[in-house]
Amino acid sequence: MTFSEYLFLFAGMGAVTYLPRALPLLYLAHKKMPGWLIDWLGLIPVAVLSALLAPSLFSSTSDRHLDFGRPELIVALPTLLFALKTRSLGGTVLLGMLLYWLAGFCL
Amino acid sequence: MTIEKHRIKQTLKQGSATAWPICLGYFPIGLALGVLAQQAGLPWWAVAMMSLLVFAGSAQFICVAMLAAGASLTAIILTTFVVNLRHTLMSSALAVHLVGIQRRFLALFAYGITDESFAINMARFRSGDWDRWKALVVNHLANIVWFVATVSGSLVGQFVPQGAFGIDYALTGMFICLLVFQLQGRIYIMTGMIAALISVFWYLMIPGDSYIVGASVCAATAGYFIQCRYRRKK
Repeated sequence: MTFSEYLFLFAGMGAVTYLPRALPLLYLAHKKMPGWLIDWLGLIPVAVLSALLAPSLFSSTSDRHLDFGRPELIVALPTLLFALKTRSLGGTVLLGMLLYWLAGFCL
Repeated sequence: MTIEKHRIKQTLKQGSATAWPICLGYFPIGLALGVLAQQAGLPWWAVAMMSLLVFAGSAQFICVAMLAAGASLTAIILTTFVVNLRHTLMSSALAVHLVGIQRRFLALFAYGITDESFAINMARFRSGDWDRWKALVVNHLANIVWFVATVSGSLVGQFVPQGAFGIDYALTGMFICLLVFQLQGRIYIMTGMIAALISVFWYLMIPGDSYIVGASVCAATAGYFIQCRYRRKK
């Protein structure tokens, strides 16, 4: 691909990435939001993170079927406990990586 | 002047202290993306351009895979749009903490909204010891690290063995802890569990990536109604 083809592709991708990130913020930050919307939006972080995480733990990504025995899920349990106990993001990432790496040898 | 300097220093310090775990997670993932891009035939400057203009991890992975499979440019842009729709939810949720801030700041801030920076900034905003400048430092530090990691990946990544040191788990580990940060009461735990349940079944039933936005909206709505009922009983 040529330089201008890459530029077209990434500028297009950039636009459809940036606009969903910017428009709601630019609009809502200068609006008086109703109470119910603020309450609803307060529940969005936990919902989004859970929705991003859960399928990668409970199902195989290659053919999308339910699976409760994947190393991803087994490693997630001690990692979750560690996160609850320490609330350290860096430590959790490192521990998760270490356990997953070790699980690769054992499982 | 010295007070002002001190304040800037504090902002940078606290911002980077909060951002470093994100950067730690981004580095191996960015490196992996660089390697894949290089194997798919993208030159390093194209990887640099992509990380600068797009800055969206999952969309960039999909883009590389689609380029390798010979997809059309329009198809890649459309897919990116769908995959990144979830950021409208995050952007809206952040607006609650950035009411009345000037648009120039918001436009700059919006560029750095990712799953990770969003989650950590929301948790910090809610706990109270946070301001928009520290949040901006988090966003843009993560962005710089992502840029450096993806470009280095495309340059030297062929020497990194596949799956070494559990790098495949960096993102999952990050999500687990970011999720824990959001659990600030019973209603949050319930909403998270509902989202997990719906997203898994949505993921199994419906192809594509609609499960992220779909399950989030359903779970937040369910959580909201549970919260309302609980409040009324009280």
